[in-house]
Amino acid sequence: MIEILTTGLPNTVQDLGRLGHLAMGVSHGGAMDKEALAIANLMLGNDPSAAGIEVALHPFRLRAHVDTAVAITGADCAISVGDRPCPPWWATTIRAGETLALEAPHLGARSYIAFAGGLDLPPIMGSRATDVKGNFGGLAGRGLSRGDRLALKPAQGSLPAGGVGAALEERRGATDGLASAIGLRVLPAAEFDAFTPEAQAAFIGSEWSITNNANRMGYRLSGATLSLASPLELLSHGIVPGTVQVPPSGQPIIQLADANTCGGYPKIATVIEADLWRLAQAPVGARLRFLPVSIGASTEALRASQQRHHDFIAARDRMAGSALASLMKDLSRRRQLGPYPRVAKAPIRYPYSTRASEQADP
Amino acid sequence: MAVKTPRISLAGSGALLLDGAQGAFDDATQELVWAVANAALAFEGVCETVPGMNNLLVLFDPLTTNAQIISEQLNSLWAGTDAHTVTGTHHTIPVSYGGARGEDLAGWAAHCGMPVDDIVRRHAAATYTVAAIGAMPGFPYLSGLEPRLAWARRSSPRLKVAEGAVIIGGAQAGIMPMTAPSGWHIVGHTDVKLFDVQAELPVLLRPGDKIRFTIAGIEG
Repeated sequence: MIEILTTGLPNTVQDLGRLGHLAMGVSHGGAMDKEALAIANLMLGNDPSAAGIEVALHPFRLRAHVDTAVAITGADCAISVGDRPCPPWWATTIRAGETLALEAPHLGARSYIAFAGGLDLPPIMGSRATDVKGNFGGLAGRGLSRGDRLALKPAQGSLPAGGVGAALEERRGATDGLASAIGLRVLPAAEFDAFTPEAQAAFIGSEWSITNNANRMGYRLSGATLSLASPLELLSHGIVPGTVQVPPSGQPIIQLADANTCGGYPKIATVIEADLWRLAQAPVGARLRFLPVSIGASTEALRASQQRHHDFIAARDRMAGSALASLMKDLSRRRQLGPYPRVAKAPIRYPYSTRASEQADP
Repeated sequence: MAVKTPRISLAGSGALLLDGAQGAFDDATQELVWAVANAALAFEGVCETVPGMNNLLVLFDPLTTNAQIISEQLNSLWAGTDAHTVTGTHHTIPVSYGGARGEDLAGWAAHCGMPVDDIVRRHAAATYTVAAIGAMPGFPYLSGLEPRLAWARRSSPRLKVAEGAVIIGGAQAGIMPMTAPSGWHIVGHTDVKLFDVQAELPVLLRPGDKIRFTIAGIEG
């Protein structure tokens, strides 16, 4: 059992989403940064799709009422477990009565907390993800409130002393769009050719910024005005997360995890699946650039991100207490260290289990 | 007439959008969409199919198949499938038109150049077909709106449209199953519940169902 102490309504229970019900109008949903939640789960020996907490509004605090283990991934923020500091992308034990606290991120936007065993909630249509629009899933279909208590399923294994960390090469040096623009790879979508040559050039060539109309459904952008060569009223059609729509205002909207399953605005492009985490970690005000890629490159990027799940978890048995101790010492200098802690990496099998990782070690 | 080569475009690396529309919405094309949506689920690597209005989104795993293979399969399926008429359930939906919960009624009447009472009567006179369920859980895209009553979507969507709102978007009609953003115009309100996650069948309406709106009241 855990108890929520400090939160905001944008913070929700999420897993990897509710697949197979699009034709009923039910969005896939799930974590905005699916890789971050999956890896948090893998670090604890959970199935990658176990339910955890997506923290979009910091600070966030919870109290453990049992001895358990947690993994925190996603945004780069100050984290403490009891009186011990903990780096992001780290799994550690927490004792009954101790508080886990996540402060405002200095890089990234969303944190993920996984729990040994995962949150014990009833699956609805095959998923524990909160569908806020549909008001179901997660905890009563709503964001988390102070005082909420959540039960945990039985843990699958135990952590070594000192915990375990993960380092994702892909994310080292990633920008949050404030210091420099985030590059998002895109494929052209159905109506790309219906936009004026000026609009096509501006879409690719100029910078966009995320307005404060940004949530799990989508981000409205501001920038150049994109015009169609001639007006277009489309029949409604299915869309996927990452779809960049352009309503008549000419300011694009990127549809995201909780987006409607169908839409009607012209679509200029689709942000590739492998880059959606970059948007999940982009705060309001972040600057974006769209980079056209080929379908082959897009598929390769997806393959690479799946490969990361195999390759980029630091094996738990490599995590000596001394590695953690030196990391703790460096916590105050985190910015100079780069966005994520440097820890040893060892390829492991997927899905993760302690036994498999021991066997996979050369 | 529906059997013409559809336009197929990329929707990211793991989805294709098949667009069979030949201008205005067409019921025969939609029956073909339903049939192809069912048949395409058998393709290797296809995960989900999502019927839209005279179009179909097909999601596949790009690591086990690819867009070109799926595209070719869809083309031959589209050409070789016999559409069949779906016999759906009939539903009656009482609507309170206009007022605070139908705030665009007057604007709609003005746009179509007819008195409010006329436009309401026309909206309630037609029989609508549930062409697709989508956007949000249980939302019906309805065909059958009289073409004279069409009204292009708002230039910028509203961030909140209430559950039960009876709405118009282009040549399409719909009913909001829950409070959510929408770019369509709000012409009335109903208390009929379209989505209930606790129910054995969470969604009231299915593609092929028929709907009649009845006039529960008109507030100019």
